[in-house]
Amino acid sequence: MNHLLAVRKLTKRYRRGGGILSESQRGSDFTAVDEVSFEVAAGETFAIVGESGCGKTTLARMLLRLIEPDAGEILFEGKNILQLSAEGMRAERRQMQMIFQDPFASLNPRMKVGEIVGEPLAIHGREVGKQERTTRVAEALRRVGMDEGAVQRYPHEFSGGQRQRIGIARALILRPKLIVADEPVSALDVSVGAQVLLLLQELQQELGLTYIFISHSLPVVAQLATHIAVMRAGRFVECGAAEQILQHPRVAYTKELLAAVPEIPAPASN
Amino acid sequence: MECVGKNRDSIYDFDVDGLLKVNGLTVELATPVGWVQPVNGVSLGIRAGESVGLVGESGSGKTMLSLALMGLLPPGARVSGEIWLDGATGKKEKDNAETQSTPRIAEKSRNLVGQTEEEWRAVRGRKIAMIFQEPMTSLNPVMRVGSQVAEAIRAHESRIAEAALHGRTLEALEQASVPEPDVRARQFPHQLSGGLRQRVMIAMALAGRPKVLIADEPTTALDVTVQKQILELLDKLRREMGLGLLFITHDLGVVARIADRVAVMYAGRIIEQGSTEQVLAAPLHPYTQGLLAASPKLERGKLVPIPGTVPQLNALPPGCSFAPRCAFHRVECDARVPEFRPSGAEHGARCVLV
Repeated sequence: MNHLLAVRKLTKRYRRGGGILSESQRGSDFTAVDEVSFEVAAGETFAIVGESGCGKTTLARMLLRLIEPDAGEILFEGKNILQLSAEGMRAERRQMQMIFQDPFASLNPRMKVGEIVGEPLAIHGREVGKQERTTRVAEALRRVGMDEGAVQRYPHEFSGGQRQRIGIARALILRPKLIVADEPVSALDVSVGAQVLLLLQELQQELGLTYIFISHSLPVVAQLATHIAVMRAGRFVECGAAEQILQHPRVAYTKELLAAVPEIPAPASN
Repeated sequence: MECVGKNRDSIYDFDVDGLLKVNGLTVELATPVGWVQPVNGVSLGIRAGESVGLVGESGSGKTMLSLALMGLLPPGARVSGEIWLDGATGKKEKDNAETQSTPRIAEKSRNLVGQTEEEWRAVRGRKIAMIFQEPMTSLNPVMRVGSQVAEAIRAHESRIAEAALHGRTLEALEQASVPEPDVRARQFPHQLSGGLRQRVMIAMALAGRPKVLIADEPTTALDVTVQKQILELLDKLRREMGLGLLFITHDLGVVARIADRVAVMYAGRIIEQGSTEQVLAAPLHPYTQGLLAASPKLERGKLVPIPGTVPQLNALPPGCSFAPRCAFHRVECDARVPEFRPSGAEHGARCVLV
């Protein structure tokens, strides 16, 4: 097993309709993610791109079992995490963390930044003493370019970009191997989004992280991805090395997506 | 007041054919920390059939500027400066290139700043209309789409006959390229996709046959393929109807696709203005250069973020608002707010380096 993560025929169905008010009492199945398979090696950035409703967020959440799949396998370091008990999964989750889209909604407004960043340690690392927790919170904040003084402050005192950094620090504190990032820059301004993308790049190099990067934006994905999967209606329509997908797409839908990106003409060198 | 004299950003001020002319517009809002100026001495012009892209990040004042142009500012806001709409059509004589002197205004136009709400009502929708980012929150969820469009039409033509109203409704939907308008008119907003909802909003905005349309991030919430269709629709409408389009966005790629000219806003001021080609190919202001370098493109390149964050409006630096983040910062940048300096016929920036 040389893949950090291998996903086999992962499937999620939802029941649609069938309520007491709907015309048919039986409803119908809607397949949000349809037998998706892929593999990610350590240190890679595997990007999943698609338009709204394609199933990319459902897929991302299933990887951490935040949503239970209906069928398929998720092998993390060769171990099928879908067969783990709640206890076993909790231990495994230390290795897999998530970064969310909306830095305004994903941080508890009543908790101080120090508590937010340190909380995963309290949950997962009972053996970590108070002293060490303080040190590791400070270290995580420093890693994402935040001042240590942030510890005593509340999320609302920070800008969107800073909050996203706090979210990243929280994801890093358990020293995970895999990070699932769901649209991490799409709520941010251009200049701040670029800061966060560069930070993610640096962290990957320093810490040898593996990323699953979910985005609707091909230009954003192009900055980080080693591999790209284009998703539509629950399936991967095309999947391959990033350069190949961006420069030599084979599938009509990928071409259509690429053609729809409003591009900035190359500036004259000054 | 920190503004020195009258700030005039635009070199197109009072173009004879201009539909909309904004001159030295300042909006002040009371906040717990004192009065702030989210719009600070802005000058801007839009000609008939022209599309102007207004670019800025959050907090730049672009939305507050558009609300001021619609007379929709929050109560208690103080507005000064000039907004001229539906400008002089008779007189074609140009003032002797004396851009600093107060230009002559023909009798036909009037300054909208300081108008009463009643006077605004005659302008809003009829002369200038607006569409927003989130079409779902702007539509009534329990009212059929057709009735909402009809309501918008009746608001401007109160004496329209019921039979004619139905025809006009379908016509308006068709104009906004809504497929099968008679079917769609009977549906509710939740039955429509995001792209269709935005088309319905466009149909409603055009119901009063306005001359200027303000589009505030109308495609930000949409998928790229749908965004492309909406951009094409807006482009078609402005060509066919001679609409002046003010397109507000944070996305320079969208600007490249839709705008003839671009105005870049930072901390309440327009810091660069010019033709889209010039601004994107040879940006003058370090902030515009920074935005371009920070925008992800389809090929992997080195993204260069702009260090720091946008300044708080209550704690603006004394000189250039961008100075604390600027790589080319000099002593003179802190002395006072740089004037708008033209560079070439259609291009200029508020920067001492120009």
